[in-house]
Amino acid sequence: MHDTNKDMAEQVIRMSGVNPRKCMKCGKCSGTCPAYDEMEYHPHQFVAMVEKGRIEELMASKSLYKCLSCFACVERCPRNVEPAKLVEAVRLLVIRQQGKNYLKAEDLPALLDEKIPQQALVSAMRKYSK
Amino acid sequence: MNFSYYPGCTLKTKAKELDMYARKSAEALGVTMEELENWQCCGAVYPMAEDEIATKLSAVRALAAAKEKKQDLLTLCSACHHVLKRVNDDMKNNEYIRTRANNYLKLDEAYEGETNVVHYLEMLRDTVGFDNLKKAVVNPLKGRKIGAFYGCLLLRPSGVMAFDNAENPTIIEDFIKAIGATPVVFPCRNECCGGYIAMDDKAAAQKQVERIMDSAVEHGAEELITACPLCMYNLDANATCHKLPVRYFTELLAEALGVK
Ligand code: SF4
Ligand code: SF4
Repeated sequence: MHDTNKDMAEQVIRMSGVNPRKCMKCGKCSGTCPAYDEMEYHPHQFVAMVEKGRIEELMASKSLYKCLSCFACVERCPRNVEPAKLVEAVRLLVIRQQGKNYLKAEDLPALLDEKIPQQALVSAMRKYSK
Repeated sequence: MNFSYYPGCTLKTKAKELDMYARKSAEALGVTMEELENWQCCGAVYPMAEDEIATKLSAVRALAAAKEKKQDLLTLCSACHHVLKRVNDDMKNNEYIRTRANNYLKLDEAYEGETNVVHYLEMLRDTVGFDNLKKAVVNPLKGRKIGAFYGCLLLRPSGVMAFDNAENPTIIEDFIKAIGATPVVFPCRNECCGGYIAMDDKAAAQKQVERIMDSAVEHGAEELITACPLCMYNLDANATCHKLPVRYFTELLAEALGVK
């Protein structure tokens, strides 16, 4: 079990290009994150948990789908760690598995309203589905 | 001045006004927008993972098409601009991505990030110039108190976007001044509207919009402008107590230039 996590942590680091060891644990990323209240694990915790190889816990968390891709954590991190890239890499580990899409094309019609822009549909499919 | 122009999917459908008023205004300002042939949807979200290659290709195709025409690539939608600009940066500076994307595309000449991606607002600032824009205004929007809603995608990450100061931008306020109105600076103008989550978690999106509207109202804004169709939708659909009218910046531009 531990080894799977270690392999996955390496994969997340490779995919994201993030070096979690650069983090100085200041918490600024989480302090500025607009999705903080909705998240079980916050951006600084993603960094720490990837460093410790706790990938399965992250993969099981709804936090993956609460990130707004606003890049506030990326912009405001004094160490240029780019936590949002870890959130995305772990989410990809989940949705790249067979049958693990968070959003399916058949779910879309029920979510539509008159005014919803194409951009919203395209981006939802890109973020939540493979 | 001629630009290659990338409209993107939403500007052909739900955000037609953003596109239409941009074209009319550009014409009035002597700028020619040549829509790229056969452009494909950029995907609306920049794929951050290094090994996401296929999802970056539609952006690379558009960038390479502009290179072929030896033109800068003009964008209007904040999301398209974000995706094209960041993929272009990858093609310039990330060898892993550049090699793989070129292996897929097999262009006559490899694409290596040569194209300049220019947002319409940057074109107004850097090509036309806000002083010249001011002179071209026939119908100054006097007395209107307008808040610029920047959102995330134009500004961050500033190292790549290089659009303006990410924490204290001025470009849209300068634009507002040039068209004769009064800009209202409010703290949440560069915060995220929560648009990406509007379909999945409406309550979370409402919370974001509430904060932004409260901040704008408190500082005296009477209307907001944006360059992003998703911000436009979300600020309108998910405003709860305070609700200011939100318009595309190009609509106000066309109004001021007398071409609306
Ligand atoms: S802001 Fe950067 S350095 Fe600070 S905790 Fe977050 S990732 Fe670590
Ligand atoms: S990109 Fe995601 S994790 Fe980072 S601050 Fe924005 S919502 Fe939070």
